[in-house]
Amino acid sequence: MDTVYDVIIIGGGPAGLSAGLYVSRARLSALLIEKGIFGGQIANAEHVENYPGFPDGISGYELGQLMYQQAGKYGLETVVAEVTGLELDERGKVVETSEGEFVARAVIIAGGAEPNRLGVPGEEEFLGKGVSYCATCDGAFFREQVVAVVGGGDSAVEEAILLTKFASKVVLIHRRNQLRASRLHQERAFANPKIEFIWNTVVEEITGPDKVRGLTVRNVKTGLISTVEVSGVFLYVGLHPETDYLRGLLTLDEEGRIPTTQGMETEIPGIFAAGDIRKNSPRQVITAAGEGATAALSAEKYLMEQQ
Amino acid sequence: MTEVLTVNDANFEEMVLKASTPVLVDFWAPWCAPCKAVAPILDELAQEYEGKLGIARLNVDEEPVNASKYGISAIPTMLLFQQGQPVGQIVGFKPKAQLKKALDEMLT
Repeated sequence: MDTVYDVIIIGGGPAGLSAGLYVSRARLSALLIEKGIFGGQIANAEHVENYPGFPDGISGYELGQLMYQQAGKYGLETVVAEVTGLELDERGKVVETSEGEFVARAVIIAGGAEPNRLGVPGEEEFLGKGVSYCATCDGAFFREQVVAVVGGGDSAVEEAILLTKFASKVVLIHRRNQLRASRLHQERAFANPKIEFIWNTVVEEITGPDKVRGLTVRNVKTGLISTVEVSGVFLYVGLHPETDYLRGLLTLDEEGRIPTTQGMETEIPGIFAAGDIRKNSPRQVITAAGEGATAALSAEKYLMEQQ
Repeated sequence: MTEVLTVNDANFEEMVLKASTPVLVDFWAPWCAPCKAVAPILDELAQEYEGKLGIARLNVDEEPVNASKYGISAIPTMLLFQQGQPVGQIVGFKPKAQLKKALDEMLT
């Protein structure tokens, strides 16, 4: 492959698309590689209310699509492929993917984060049979049924509220005695008569036999084991970055995230990181977008200094 | 050009269950973002597996009978049918290479 791009951006969420917008407006040749859905995590969000400029909120999918359209207006190339490696050689920075190799002078890593698995018996077995990671997608299958949401962050609480549109009751199970979600989400959840809270409790097993029929849970304070009858369970137990392919190239923190400077520079000149994949990123749509723009400006500066 | 077939509850038996080749049915709905990401991959696979495998999509919002019959409770779910029976399933979005790998394992 002969093309050497100025910049390759890995990931098509808010960070990557913002970086793409900035580098293409800087008239740099750029390729953005996305493995699945442009928009990233927000594509699954029913409603985004904290991205400025949309006073009535906007569907996450639509916001992602708008960002994608805007990034593409100035010549950004995109490809759907899964990144499997990043290496440095005499050609430059080589990104290995399921669709072949791509080479650039600078790389912005904005691969975001993937939902964690809970890691309990039944989780894999009943995937698609009551276990779900996407309430927006699957909530409608649980009309007038009892479902559980596991987690206490913004996603868990938001999705619990969404699920009350369909389910007869939503049981929110959280391992602590208070939620981590924003106060606004908490107020809405506490005011919702269909949501019931089970505090200080973890799920030990998702039980069948043919599809999800219940959960075995354990109170972490008392050690008591009990069961909860549900037809569905939605898991929002945090996110992890997918950075295994960077091990050996970059030093990662204990969670696998990439440390950077304020200018989004990693320890390797010409490689930048932005968004949820970055250590200490606040993990908001707007901060991801800001970090993407910052990384793009830093990449532009790096490329100018190389000439 | 082999294209992804759009099937419904009325023609499901004829198009899927009685098909001469295996058929992969993508159960999807318009509100589901991962379903939208799967769609173009299936368009490509329809060409790549031409003659070996039929690929069909079924909108569970408009056509709920078979989705319910086969216990679909997450989308996208792709069920592989062989001689009228579901013989394998893939749940959720997967990048093309992973989808092909899963499919190839089910087809052997």
